[in-house]
Amino acid sequence: MRRPPDTESLLREAAPQALAAVVRRFGDFGESEDAVQEAMIDAARQWPAQGVPENPVGWLIHVASRRMTDRIRSEAARRGREDAVAADRVEAPPPSEPDAAGDSDDTLVLMFMCCHPALTPASTIALTLRAVAGLTTAEIGSAFMVPEATMAQRISRAKKSVEASAEPFRMPAADERPERLRSVLRVVYLIFNEGYVSSGGPDLARAELAAEAIRLARIARLALPEDPEVAGLLALMLLTDARREARTDAAGKLVPLDEQDRSLWDRAAIAEGVALLAEAVARGAVGEYQLQAAIAAEHARAARPEDTDWREILGLYGLLERITGNPMVALNRAIAAAMVDGPEAGLALLAELDDPLAGHHRLHATRAHLLELAGDADAAIAEYRLAAERTSSLPEQQYLTTQAARLNERRG
Amino acid sequence: MKFMLLQDYGGIMREGVPVMSEWPPQAIEAHIAFQKDLNAELRERGELVEAQALTTPELAKFVVSDGASTPVVTDGPFPESKELLAGYRMIDVESIERALEIAARASAAPAHDGAAIEQAIEVREVMGPIEH
Repeated sequence: MRRPPDTESLLREAAPQALAAVVRRFGDFGESEDAVQEAMIDAARQWPAQGVPENPVGWLIHVASRRMTDRIRSEAARRGREDAVAADRVEAPPPSEPDAAGDSDDTLVLMFMCCHPALTPASTIALTLRAVAGLTTAEIGSAFMVPEATMAQRISRAKKSVEASAEPFRMPAADERPERLRSVLRVVYLIFNEGYVSSGGPDLARAELAAEAIRLARIARLALPEDPEVAGLLALMLLTDARREARTDAAGKLVPLDEQDRSLWDRAAIAEGVALLAEAVARGAVGEYQLQAAIAAEHARAARPEDTDWREILGLYGLLERITGNPMVALNRAIAAAMVDGPEAGLALLAELDDPLAGHHRLHATRAHLLELAGDADAAIAEYRLAAERTSSLPEQQYLTTQAARLNERRG
Repeated sequence: MKFMLLQDYGGIMREGVPVMSEWPPQAIEAHIAFQKDLNAELRERGELVEAQALTTPELAKFVVSDGASTPVVTDGPFPESKELLAGYRMIDVESIERALEIAARASAAPAHDGAAIEQAIEVREVMGPIEH
């Protein structure tokens, strides 16, 4: 990063609030987004030298609005029209002094706009990172390992889709809100996972994306402090990210949960996650993020792997499977069942997944692990090899190949 | 000058080198470390454009379309065509000699026994714009 960190983080925080205010005032999402980006560039240039203004959000809104009115004026002039409309907008009252709740509501509306159902997940992620998280196109491009020009095009197409949908800048109607919130949370979680397990690249953790996802969840929580799933997602990400340092060794190799150096876990993040989860669960509306967070919390609670309460985890996976119907959850339930009732119990559950997860590398990797626990080295090696052939993650492929090699060596 | 250094799955290499999952785990580690170090060194020297590994032939697909009817998609692996690209490095270097030197380094990555794997590296120059 070229800018000093304080300007950087201030801008990141201020950008979505400023954008929300400008969109609310001028209505045009794409143009407003460009204007705020330009204002941010001005800020990055001026603030380090001239000092940070007292009200950074207000400063950005002011500069971006000036650019918007300049644009409207020149547009009007170009069309040879009376610029009464422009004048009218220029005279619009300055944004009222922000109150915290109003600001976070605006940011939430912005999130809802970016997570528009008409957009593909890839576009939604890119647009959210740009508009809500305030990342530059170059940063987003490098995070997803695509050229900047490609990412710019993806974002610009996404903006056009949002504009074409002609959705006004307002909170979705009450009956649409739960569904839209679900897609916001899903997008945030996708961003986090992209950072946590990079699906393509050689680096297992792209910590910046995970940090951005956590920040986005914090913003959502400011606007919806009483929603248990928003809190659940934030807790889940904090509890998972707490293990980041322990998850790879010095050579960048994957370290499985039961072999991690637990002293490297981030205790502050765990404490925050556990507290958030307790508060959410007390509200009584259980959901998939809270359940996943509860499982992560069980692991975090265990000082040593053998202290893990697998019976509790097995119960939580059972609930999660019932809510989601996701076969990947069933895979994890099989591991928990193996830890409680022995590897054969887990293998029996896996047999039911041959159909829904046919050929999936996780199914083979899990079966390999359970076969190894059951003492069947030959079958475990074969399954580790199948898993290694089928994964598209390089660190995972190296891990699985090494597992097969380790068993092969021991077998002699 | 830009070159692609290409490596195949099941490509030509020293006789007697087993599949990687039969190597001692330490040898796998040394091999991976070698590749990473080589990439880091090339990046440091400003010679590395991109290095990528590709998924296995098991996940490969071939697509043929006449532009009108439904495309014909064939799933891997493909017993009839043994060699499929496993990965590549694109480098930007001063001369073909330097490209060959880097290819030689890659070819001598350590195998299961710590000695060079002697894997054949295909060196192909990337075609550029009109020369003046």
